[in-house]
Amino acid sequence: MEAYIFYIAATVSVIAGIYLVLERNPIYSVLYLILTLVGVAVLYILLEAQFIAAVQIIVYAGAIMILYLFIVMLLNLNIRGGVKDVLSFQRMPSIFMGIFLFFSICTVIKSKLMQGEKGEYSAAYIESVGNTKLIGKLLFTDYLLPFEIASILLFVAAIGVIMVAKRKQ
Amino acid sequence: MVTITHYLVLSAILFTIGVVGVLVRRNAIIIFMCIELMLNAVNLSFVAFAHYLNSMDGQMIVFFTMTVAAAEAAVGLAIIVSVFRNKETVNIDDINIMKW
Repeated sequence: MEAYIFYIAATVSVIAGIYLVLERNPIYSVLYLILTLVGVAVLYILLEAQFIAAVQIIVYAGAIMILYLFIVMLLNLNIRGGVKDVLSFQRMPSIFMGIFLFFSICTVIKSKLMQGEKGEYSAAYIESVGNTKLIGKLLFTDYLLPFEIASILLFVAAIGVIMVAKRKQ
Repeated sequence: MVTITHYLVLSAILFTIGVVGVLVRRNAIIIFMCIELMLNAVNLSFVAFAHYLNSMDGQMIVFFTMTVAAAEAAVGLAIIVSVFRNKETVNIDDINIMKW
């Protein structure tokens, strides 16, 4: 049962990713990326990371992709003409390089470097405490400094976006 | 039976699709979206490791990665909007003022 869900979600994600790269219309590309993100969220639920899956749907597919969609619609790109491509000979070597990169990563995966020692948060323990509660507890004890730095980062990013995108008056 | 290798190979496939997308496409917004795809592939491998190695560190890293990805997407799109305001194009072959 778990294998069926994994293969369906994986196939949906990969095919949507391929269509994302090949599609001419930018709005369709945004929709294919939303489909990929939803497929990855299903895989997160399979991996018993329910909070991360919910955050992926709400923040990534819900907020960031809506931002992309707004920008694509605001820019109103003219996609009917041909796209100017100065380096059109780059296409085939980059596909070969992508295949080579994939086989390099698979070589590393097959080697014995991928074994780590098991931590102490087993699936049964996480289920007894609750995934979200455990993430909340860790955020305020072990990961307090990254949490505060992330808040400063978001603050700086919000100010930066306003300053960059403001019209000069 | 789904082992960790399945998840890692899937993460590698998504990452490779993102890399090829960044190299092949000429629209700046599509390039940004392929970068988001690469980030998601890495997030998937982090969560897979967190599950199969009985750890919570992977999920915490993914939490902060999503935060950084949101901030980076917002700032990058603001830069694209201001470039478009000046040059009327988002084709990266036309944004070449910094060439020699």
